[in-house]
This record gives sequence, structure tokens and C-alpha cells, in this order.
Amino acid sequence: METIHLLFLAIAALAVVSAFNIILQRNPIYSAIGLIIVLCCLAGLFLTLYAQFIAAIQIIVYAGAIMVLFVFVIMLLNVREEESRTDRQKYLKFLAAPLFLALLAEVAVVIRYVNMPAPAIEDPNTAVDPSQSLGTVESIAHVMFTDFVLPFEATSVLILMAIVGAMYLARRDSGEGAEKIEHALAIEAAQAPVETHDDAGH
Amino acid sequence: MSSILNSIDLQFILGSLIKTAVFWICIMIVVAYTVYAERRVLAVIQNRLGPNRVGWQGLLQPFADLIKFIFKEDIIPLAVNKALYLIAPVVVLVPAMMVLIVYPFGPRNVPLPGGEVLSNMLNNLGNSLGYDWALDLTHIDLFVSNFNVGLLYIFALTGLGVYGIVIAGWASNSKYSLMGGLRSSAQMISYELALSLSVVAVLIPAGTLDLVKIVEMQGGAWFGIIPKWNILALFPAGLIAFVVYLISAIAETNRVPFDLPEAETELVAGFHTEYSALKFALFFMGEYVNMTTVSVLATTLFLGGWQGPFVGTYPWLGLVWFVGKVFFFLFLYIWLRGTLPRFRYDQLMNFGWKILLPAALVNIVIAAILGVLFL
Repeated sequence: METIHLLFLAIAALAVVSAFNIILQRNPIYSAIGLIIVLCCLAGLFLTLYAQFIAAIQIIVYAGAIMVLFVFVIMLLNVREEESRTDRQKYLKFLAAPLFLALLAEVAVVIRYVNMPAPAIEDPNTAVDPSQSLGTVESIAHVMFTDFVLPFEATSVLILMAIVGAMYLARRDSGEGAEKIEHALAIEAAQAPVETHDDAGH
Repeated sequence: MSSILNSIDLQFILGSLIKTAVFWICIMIVVAYTVYAERRVLAVIQNRLGPNRVGWQGLLQPFADLIKFIFKEDIIPLAVNKALYLIAPVVVLVPAMMVLIVYPFGPRNVPLPGGEVLSNMLNNLGNSLGYDWALDLTHIDLFVSNFNVGLLYIFALTGLGVYGIVIAGWASNSKYSLMGGLRSSAQMISYELALSLSVVAVLIPAGTLDLVKIVEMQGGAWFGIIPKWNILALFPAGLIAFVVYLISAIAETNRVPFDLPEAETELVAGFHTEYSALKFALFFMGEYVNMTTVSVLATTLFLGGWQGPFVGTYPWLGLVWFVGKVFFFLFLYIWLRGTLPRFRYDQLMNFGWKILLPAALVNIVIAAILGVLFL
């Protein structure tokens, strides 16, 4: 039982508790906060696996950008707590527990029979070439731009497609709005001389 | 249990804990006196005297403020979401303070005066308890740790600091707080982009994200006079990166001229309207710790950190240079506050997305081209 096992148990326990919190809370803000805690715990677990770059990127991208968007939406749309409704599909409750146990059994089998060697612990102060170390930025960059450059470029095209799609869906037809305002102003200007004529009549 | 104790590297943990404690105390003192300095410097700019009653020239003013904050009545409005309301200041402050373990205050392997005596004392203590601690405290590194992903660690924690502001604004259950919180956090995440991208231009000559190595690479001078600081690297990419970084950093920390979300005339006090006494003091401290963080990052990435004349022969002088440069940036913050008017919110967001972000991206391209040609 080494320090790293204790650390893993602590972080994993916090992650599991927060994950249960996500589904058991009624207020959506608390669920979002539970998800943020789960993501930070995952980053901690990545660190125990010597994946420093992935841990930092997990927090920057997932917990620091995507979840902020979730929280913004929940706050701006003022999503309330759910009122409890009657279950329409009551049989699902009885299906959930056996399937969950089956999933746990699969995970246990994988952990028991897959033998991955533990990575060698290195002293970061010795002058080791960072592009050969495990989990450093240099090693990931080296592999990303040599062996995996095609998936990298394909992913950037995918992100570009998503951006263009989002921009198209979120556009406002500014032409229509300006025309409507001008139309309304023209109507009001046409009616004004009629009103002043009535006032002068009195 | 003994295997846990055996697998602990005592020198590393003991050294890190003591250094973290010392650096944390120093940062707290710097934050407290930055508040004092801001009031005095703003006063000079506005042609009046600042607080100069408490102690000689008002130097005990931070302690007076602290005592006032502790004894103020702690008001919690009835309609707030209590759990989130109480935890928001902590979420702002803790990530801000966690960053200090990657600050490179000084060089590696600096001789510690009294280190041998201390090592002998502690080793004898260990032997008397039955353990064999082979502690060697004659030389220390003047930083707590040098992560390989140090810079990403800083960006990750500043990203987490946004949550405190969003949650504070929402949990306070008041219109001003919600508007202030949403505006402030939207501004922070917008300028985070320009901040991170502007830094890439100095990472190209540096080739590493490790802050300690970035500072070590900025040693020496061209022609003996011009220091090899990153602000002058791959000229003009480093200079443009510095300007973009500085503007983004000021927007990131919600300071003038980008402080509309906490402007008194617009939004009462923004997201911290409903906070009183010590909770407000925590927000206040969090803002100044963030200021210190970006100032430290600016000196490390652009102005050469602890590098300066005679650091080779007197390593502790590195600490002096580092502190001097950080204080220069903090003074710049205060100077800007006293001089510039405030941006309107739409001007602010326009500037961040339509001007700074493209500038940072174009700067990366320029830096990359110059890097390929000259490195």
C-alpha cells in the first residue's frame, strides 16, 4: 500500500461521490458543480498515471471552458429544480440495477486480466530528454506531428466545420431587423401630419 | 503503513512544505501592501494624500483594514443560495493561491546560509527517532517545483477561478450581482484566449512550458548590454506578444480600464454586492493575488524573471531582480487605474474578440516564421 494507492483511493472516492451527486441532486446547478468536481478528480487521476499534459488540458478545456458554458446556460435560462413526476416507464428502474452490475463485472474483468507495466518513475531534475519521457508536452508534440499528423489535421477540419455550423445557426438576419425599423418609422412619419392637423383644429 | 513512510521522499516534501509556507507568507504580505500602495499612489496621482495616519506614513494600514474586516457585521441576505454563497469566495481565492508553487523566484542550487547546521540538526533528530533521514539542506532551489507543464498549470487554475465569480453572482440572488457576475466571467473567459495565445509567441524560442527553464534561457546578453529577454526575442513578435499579454492580463483581472463588471456607478459592486466583511475581503484578496500572478507571469515570460546583472556570482540577487520586476508591473496596474477611463462593456468585448485575438494569432504566425528563419 504505497502513497500513490492511497492518493488514488481518495481521488477516486471523491469522483464517485460527486458522480452520484450529479444524478441525485434536483437543482441543476449542483449537478453542474458535481460534474466539475468529477472532471477535476479525473485530472488528478491522470496525474497519478504520469499524464501531466492531459491533466492540465482536461482542466483547461473541459472544466475551465465547456463547464463554464454549461453553468452560464443554466444560470441565464434560470433552469429550475425538476418537479417530481410520475414515472411513465416504471420497468426501467428494474432494468437499471442488473445492467449496472454487469458493467461493473466487465470493468473488474478488464482490470484483473489486463497487465500493463507500471511506468518507470524518473527524477525530474536529472537531465533527461523530455521528448522521450512519459506524458510530457514534448513527447506528445513529437508524436502528434510525426506519426499522428493526419488525425491532427483532420480534427482541425472537424472543429472548423463545427464553428461554421454554430455561426450559421446563431446568425441574426440583421437585414430584416433594420428594414422593419425603417418601415415602422415611415408609418409613424406618415401619420404625424394628420395628428397635428387635429390638434390645431381644436 | 511503513511502506508508505518509506516511499515518501522526505527531503522533497519537507523542502516543498517549508518553501510553500515561506512564499505564501511573502505573497500575503505583498498583496496586503499592494492595496496600501494602490491607495497611496492613486492619491498622489489625484493630488491628495493617501492613508498616512496608521503607523509611520500609514504603513500599518493593512492591519487596520484586516481588523476592520474581521469585526464587521457578517450579513447574509435571506434569499441567497447559502451553500454556494458561502463557498464562492473560497473558489476564487484557492486556485489563485495554488499558482505560487510554480513561480521561479530565483536560480537553482542557491547556497543556503546555515544549511549545514540545519541538516545536521535534523539528521540527528531523525537518528534519535530511529529513522535514517539523509537530508541535505546546504543548497536549495528558489522555487517550489518545476512542472514540465508549468504554464498550462497556471492557465488551468486561472480558468477555475472564473467559477467563483459566476457562482457568487448567481447565488446572491440579486439583479446587480447576476449581471455583474455574468459580465465579469464572460470578460474573463474571452480574454483568457488572447492571453494564452499571446504567450505562444515566446514559447517558440523557449521550446518548453517549464517556467524555470524559460527563465534560465533568458540569461546572458547580446553585445554584452542588451539582455536576452523574451520581450526582445524574435523581434517584433516578442514585443507584440508582450503588449497583447499585458492588455489581456489587465482585462483578465477585472482592473481598470476593463473593470465595468465591478464599477460602482454601473452595477453597485457587481458580483460582490451582497458580500460583507470577511467574505468581501476574500474576494478582494483574490483579485490582488490574481494581479500578482499575472505580474509574475509577465516578468517570467517576457522580462527574464530573476535574470539580471551579477546573478551568477551572487545567486540571491536573483530574488531582488525578480521582486523588483514584479513590483514594476504592480505599479503599472495602479498607474493605469489612476489614469485611464473605463471601457464600455460592448467596447470591451469587441476589443477582446475582434482586435486582440486576431492580433495574437497573427503574432503566432510571425513568430513561427521568424523562428524558422532565425532559430
